[in-house]
Amino acid sequence: MSDPIISVENLGKRYNVRQESSLQYVALRDVLTARLASAGAWLKRGGSTEPPPSQEFWALREVSFDVDHGQVVGIIGHNGAGKSTLLKVLSRITEPTEGRVSLDGRIASLLEVGTGFHPELTGRENIMLNGAILGMTRAEIVRKFDEIVAFAEVERFLETPVKRYSSGMYMRLAFAVAAHLDPEILVVDEVLAVGDAHFQKKCLGRMSEVAAGGRTVLFVSHNMNAVESLCTQALYLERGHVVAQGHDVRAIVTRYLGGYVEGEPASVWMNSGDDVDHPVMQPLYFAVEDADGRPLMTPVRNDDPLFVVIRADVRQLDPALCMGFALFNQDSQLLLWSLTTDGPEECWPRLERGIVQLRCQLPKRFLNEGTYRVELNCSLHCREWLTEPGKNSPAVHFEIQGGLSDSPYWLNARPGILAPGWRWERTD
Amino acid sequence: MITAVRPRLSVKRRETARQRPWQLVLEPGLTSRNYWSDLWRYRELMYFLAWRDILVRYKQTAIGVTWALLRPAATMLVFIAFRRLAGIPSGSAPEPVLVFAAVLPWQFFSAALTESSASLIGNANLISKVYFPRLIIPAAAVATAVVDFAITLGLLAALMVWYGVAPGWELLALPVFVAMAIALSLGVGVCLAALNVEYRDFRYIVPFVVQFGLFISPIAFTLSSVPERWQALLSLNPMVGIIEGFRWSILGNGAALNLEAVALSTVVTSAAVLLGVRYFRRMERSFADVI
Repeated sequence: MSDPIISVENLGKRYNVRQESSLQYVALRDVLTARLASAGAWLKRGGSTEPPPSQEFWALREVSFDVDHGQVVGIIGHNGAGKSTLLKVLSRITEPTEGRVSLDGRIASLLEVGTGFHPELTGRENIMLNGAILGMTRAEIVRKFDEIVAFAEVERFLETPVKRYSSGMYMRLAFAVAAHLDPEILVVDEVLAVGDAHFQKKCLGRMSEVAAGGRTVLFVSHNMNAVESLCTQALYLERGHVVAQGHDVRAIVTRYLGGYVEGEPASVWMNSGDDVDHPVMQPLYFAVEDADGRPLMTPVRNDDPLFVVIRADVRQLDPALCMGFALFNQDSQLLLWSLTTDGPEECWPRLERGIVQLRCQLPKRFLNEGTYRVELNCSLHCREWLTEPGKNSPAVHFEIQGGLSDSPYWLNARPGILAPGWRWERTD
Repeated sequence: MITAVRPRLSVKRRETARQRPWQLVLEPGLTSRNYWSDLWRYRELMYFLAWRDILVRYKQTAIGVTWALLRPAATMLVFIAFRRLAGIPSGSAPEPVLVFAAVLPWQFFSAALTESSASLIGNANLISKVYFPRLIIPAAAVATAVVDFAITLGLLAALMVWYGVAPGWELLALPVFVAMAIALSLGVGVCLAALNVEYRDFRYIVPFVVQFGLFISPIAFTLSSVPERWQALLSLNPMVGIIEGFRWSILGNGAALNLEAVALSTVVTSAAVLLGVRYFRRMERSFADVI
């Protein structure tokens, strides 16, 4: 059991994106002339063939990870991050370009529910066919047939061609067959996006049953609730590379939710372990969140509620401890500081030893459009910096776009760093 | 010499024994070690795919399987009419049996070739979503044609009873020629199927090959009625030996077997299978990326 069941080393997959694909959706006449031109060029070169111009594209690069028996691994990442390519390589549909994968168990993949379903065939016939396609033996299918039918709730329609099924029934049947696969490793791509809430719940239940039975599941999803509740391990891919992996699924999910595309600012900072490790206090989490407590993923409007959230481990109660943030605009001009100790002393948040979470709402209708940087600002007042803005401080970013004003005159843009919606009155 | 080889062999064996049964290593360019055993493990899928194709083919048709009989019967009538018009003597054997015994293997070959060469494209969704040895798909297409062929064999038997043609010991050779026809269509079919994935041009080439083949195969005529100096050249078409052999097995003494043609056909068929499967295996690794 000590050996990993899946071991991936330096995996890479390259695709050649041919230039000719740019000819798609062009008039046939253009295609023909392009062909003739290239044929002419071919003749001129004396018949020597030259490969068509192509661009290399690495869908996966330097991906390495191990998975132990019985783990449920959530693979997350934005569209085009290489998740599906990874699953395709693992399930042997396509060959890696470099690197090595070793699998210590039978693998079955479910990249699309209903693969190989034929609309003309009846439910019964499709169960047999689909089971065989997914790698079950006939005896296995026969043994599990009743279970599959019961799971899909299609008893009455077994002899009906599936082309007459409702889309919900179709999906239920398709998932039911797949859910009764019995491999050591099950690879699942985004199947929970189908069906109604009731059925989704059933699917999730089935997946955790499979995992509880000691099987290993690889699971691609954009449904972060499902990933968090099902997975014991997460792998975060971005542009073909592994950004984060490990058993702290929650942290990785948060990072994914907070992460703009790699290289762009993120609205979440998490302490990786020993950053800013001060005997009085250690910050753990620093983020810009929306009203529901979710880190911002997309630009927000100027009239959306915005919160700066700090979570910290307070180790000693020091009355001089100040926490807060410094706000910079995109030209790195300091706009303001805001600290827990800003108001009169009786209004400060009361700190206790242990983990505390603090938040501060940025006023609506306050900042103009643009990207802002928020830096953690923690100190022991007039004694010592814990995190000094502009120096060693963790930073997060957010962007404001739109919602500047209700005025018919100022819908698009306003001059200045700030865009407050102050009221005017006549006083004569 | 023997002592030099032995140690290497034993090392290899020990290594494989240490591996667990399902361990699998994926590396670029590493064709699966267990290709053929994998293929065997997935044989049920081949049955299922063939079964699907047969089921689907005759769903929502009014006369169902009768279609499998109608097409060769109609072809036979056309050829008989052609022979009458051209004034080809029918010899000792009854004309319908003589012609039908040639129409059958030809129709099988053309159906198997057409379907297997289009099979990969027709199952593109499977190829890009599930792993299994890809050879299963064209093999299933050929298997479908075999089923149709078996049905039409029944019609041939009925014709033989009607015309009172009693087969001799030559009938025992029939399975050999059937096997050759299957092998030939599989060999050429898998090659064309693989080519079809990358170059869809072959979709247009296959019907042409099939149409052209009809005229250079001894269906309306027999090989012995062709001038002798052309016989060898004609026999380069591997279907010539197969059709002649098929006819000989059915009619026995009625037709003499041209052994040269059969030998040539065996050579060409073996070459087609070897080269076809080799090409297919080389190409199949990239099917999912290209299709």
